[in-house]
Amino acid sequence: MTTLAAATRTHTKPIIEIQDVVKKFGDFTAVNGVTLTIHQGELFSLLGGSGCGKSTLLRMIAGFEEPTSGRILIDGQDVVGLPPYERPVNMMFQSYALFPHMSVEQNIAFGLKQDGLPRAEIAARVDEMLRMVELSRFAKRKPHQLSGGQRQRVALARSLAKRPKVLLLDEPLSALDKKLRERTQLELVDIQDNLGVTFIMVTHDQEEAMTMSTRVAVMDAGEIVQVDHPHAMYEYPNSRFVAEFFGSVNMFEGTLVEDEPDYVVIESPEVGSRIYVSHGISGRQGSVVWVAVRPEKVFISKNQPTQLDNVDRGKVTDIVYLGGISTYMVTLTSGKVVRVTVPNVTRQAEAEITWEDEVWIYWRPESAVVVQQ
Amino acid sequence: MSERVMDDDAGLRDGGLADAAPPTDGEARAGGLGRWLSARLRRGGRGLVIAIPYTWLLLFFLLPFAIVAKISFAEYQLGIPPYTPLVEWAEDTYLRITLAIGNYQFLLEDPLYIEAYLGSLKMATVSTILTLLVGYPMAYGIARAKPSTRNVLLLLVILPFWTSFLIRVYAWIGILKSNGILNNFLMWTGIINEPLPLLYNEFSVYLGITYSYLPFMILPLYANLEKLDKTLLEAAADLGCRPWKTFLTVTLPLSLPGIVAGSLLVFIPAVGEFVIPDLLGGPETLMIGRVLWSEFFNNRDWPVASAVAIAMLVFLVVPIMIFQHYQAKGEKR
Amino acid sequence: MRNRSFFLLTALGFGFAFLYLPILLLIIYSFNENRLVTVWSGFSTQWYGELLRDDNILDAAWVSLRVAFFSATISTALGTIAGMVMARFGRFKGRTLFSGMLSAPLVMPEVITGLSLLLLFVALEGLIGVPQGRGVSTITIAHATFTMAFVAVIIQSRLSQMDESIEEAALDLGARPAKVFFAITLPIISPALVAGWLLAFTMSLDDLVVASFTSGPSSTTLPMVVFSSVRLGVSPKINALATLLVLVAALTILIAAWFMRRQESQREKEAAAASAEQDRF
Repeated sequence: MTTLAAATRTHTKPIIEIQDVVKKFGDFTAVNGVTLTIHQGELFSLLGGSGCGKSTLLRMIAGFEEPTSGRILIDGQDVVGLPPYERPVNMMFQSYALFPHMSVEQNIAFGLKQDGLPRAEIAARVDEMLRMVELSRFAKRKPHQLSGGQRQRVALARSLAKRPKVLLLDEPLSALDKKLRERTQLELVDIQDNLGVTFIMVTHDQEEAMTMSTRVAVMDAGEIVQVDHPHAMYEYPNSRFVAEFFGSVNMFEGTLVEDEPDYVVIESPEVGSRIYVSHGISGRQGSVVWVAVRPEKVFISKNQPTQLDNVDRGKVTDIVYLGGISTYMVTLTSGKVVRVTVPNVTRQAEAEITWEDEVWIYWRPESAVVVQQ
Repeated sequence: MSERVMDDDAGLRDGGLADAAPPTDGEARAGGLGRWLSARLRRGGRGLVIAIPYTWLLLFFLLPFAIVAKISFAEYQLGIPPYTPLVEWAEDTYLRITLAIGNYQFLLEDPLYIEAYLGSLKMATVSTILTLLVGYPMAYGIARAKPSTRNVLLLLVILPFWTSFLIRVYAWIGILKSNGILNNFLMWTGIINEPLPLLYNEFSVYLGITYSYLPFMILPLYANLEKLDKTLLEAAADLGCRPWKTFLTVTLPLSLPGIVAGSLLVFIPAVGEFVIPDLLGGPETLMIGRVLWSEFFNNRDWPVASAVAIAMLVFLVVPIMIFQHYQAKGEKR
Repeated sequence: MRNRSFFLLTALGFGFAFLYLPILLLIIYSFNENRLVTVWSGFSTQWYGELLRDDNILDAAWVSLRVAFFSATISTALGTIAGMVMARFGRFKGRTLFSGMLSAPLVMPEVITGLSLLLLFVALEGLIGVPQGRGVSTITIAHATFTMAFVAVIIQSRLSQMDESIEEAALDLGARPAKVFFAITLPIISPALVAGWLLAFTMSLDDLVVASFTSGPSSTTLPMVVFSSVRLGVSPKINALATLLVLVAALTILIAAWFMRRQESQREKEAAAASAEQDRF
């Protein structure tokens, strides 16, 4: 898919460099010492809950807020102190912020007119943008005469018309309904791929970040917790926060008892066997750690598996049928509830595991990740 | 280079327009200087925009009060202007400052002024309460009406506000005077045999103030009641609260900000009201606005008129501060 | 429940009767033939004719209209800037004083405003020779000062409802702040501007007290003429004048309301059509 192709593309040239940026509003620190480099052609997502500082960071790149300290470089140029109208980036707003008194084509032409481009060139560029977002026949309409999805595309066309070095997108899809949102995600990725413009997107939706981005930065309380490719973020979270924020996860608290370069062993009161993880960590023996196992990597069976580690018995206390997959809630002897997702390869009626069944759960040594903090 | 630019900006942000010097080192790229200039221009533009209305208000709102205060300490004299200067050169050698507090003493000694102040406060208080009693049910009724009806009713409340105040007061003269419409009607029906003294007394002033200021009471009350969450009332009813009790324990306390705002909008101007007591009041209706007017226009005693104005302001400072507090709170919402 | 709505209906009925009956009677009796205004003797429009032949009233009306036009224009310009400063400029030195000076005229008794402005004009004339005497220009300045507070309130509340990111988007697309204000903000808030201007115009046209203090011998406004005539008692000519003023104001407001309502329903219809169209895709 596009995402994978883009992810493997080599990004050499840094286009945005954020260096130790802090933003305070009175006593409140919205952004706390963020350092981040974003490369040419990336579709980069800033992901986090509300109030985590992601929007403030985006607004500082756009020039609507000035950092309290730190530097922001766009294409090598320090932009701190430059007003928004002198920065080579454009922004697409969550509310779209279309000019209500202007037609679609006037909206798209607005930025070009500010640059003083010749009229013919403006017309040509507006035309090109309208075709790109398939709105040519709506050119004369006013924003209130458009549907939500059409307005979203006008906003996109308007912010891309000036061919900015970087496009900033603030929750670009949050105002659309679920179905339209999924279709638009793919359209946005296509447009980004075709134009080669760097996109920086703010979102609170981890699925959206996952499907669209080449890289994701997860933010919490004004700080960046982890920056990585989406699949790496999912498979190798560096903290409990990221593991739990990105998809669902089973988390076991335990003590590190063996720490070798290529494996670790953890004992957890929550699990009836040793936990054996086939990757080394840089932890101290005896320290408290967490083992994260994704629900789809846990197996469920009525028969006892052969392995001695990463295994326990429990009772099925709930089943959530989701069509393609089912999630089993298994309560272990320790009282811990483990989620297990299983693809529904057979019809539900024929499923062999059901409520109140005594089952075994187990996972492979390479399926688990040890996280600290 | 970038660091220097940042320092300059920090200086500009802190308001130090004067101490941020332009970069002089030879290495400074054009971008640095241009950026510094544009930042200064931007800040200058912002300051200019604020300065326009600010200067106007300082000149035509604040300064006049200072002058009123100043003249209230002067003495009446025949001439133009009809007051003595506070500061003058006596025998060309030393500066003489004359503060005549006699005007204020006069206000305290002559019972006319005290009575007028008390009269104004009484008239304003009573008519504010009357306006609230008439306006609250109306505002409540409008807020509970269907949205389409609501807009029409609101328009009907605002409409009189756009028609001449003077003429609305004038309309009551024709109705209330002894051979006016109301008395003629009552005599025709036989309820009374001779005309009632409806005009030129306190009753007609109360009526006039209530009538003229009613929209000022209804609008803030409506704005408040309209926002009231209707599920709160349903919750109260669900919990077994009777309608009247719900009104007293839920609606009324929640609408207190609207009551305060509306009452102040009526009370403060009513204290200084001149037109209504002058046209509808009798000779014994003493109100301070009327006293100020006659000191100024009839007696041409500007210093005493100024002292009356300053004294009135002292009365009104607290209600005005409360009003501004509510204004500022409304602004934050 | 039923009792309560009955009570509210009665309150509304009495309330609106209270508000409108005097005006209605005023209009009816303006067509009274009898010189004694309140004694009906027959239908006549003679008082309107006399009104139009009264040079005193016509001159005063012309003064009032000029003052109202200029003061409303100045006060709309100043009030718009002031509302913009309050709604968009965040914190600045002296903001508290500014907002205080801006909202105090909303409740300030007119006699105080009038007296203080007159004393300012006299003092200025003594100090720098300007303004020379008092007349249309001093009334205009006085009216602009006390009406600008009302314009500022209207503009400020409109701006606080407006999505600020629209202005940010214009900045982001390369427009400088002044350009953003004139090309984006001003057109969007233009209905509020019109409302503010009309309000300032009406208030100026209506003002008696401030104008009495700040006018000169040659500049008598319409309310001043009406006031001195009313002080002598009711007169059928004033009834005719009142009727004209009320009708003009009412018609203006009704037409404006009808126009705005029509535009709004038009917008709603188009928006509904647009989403329906999208659903067919």
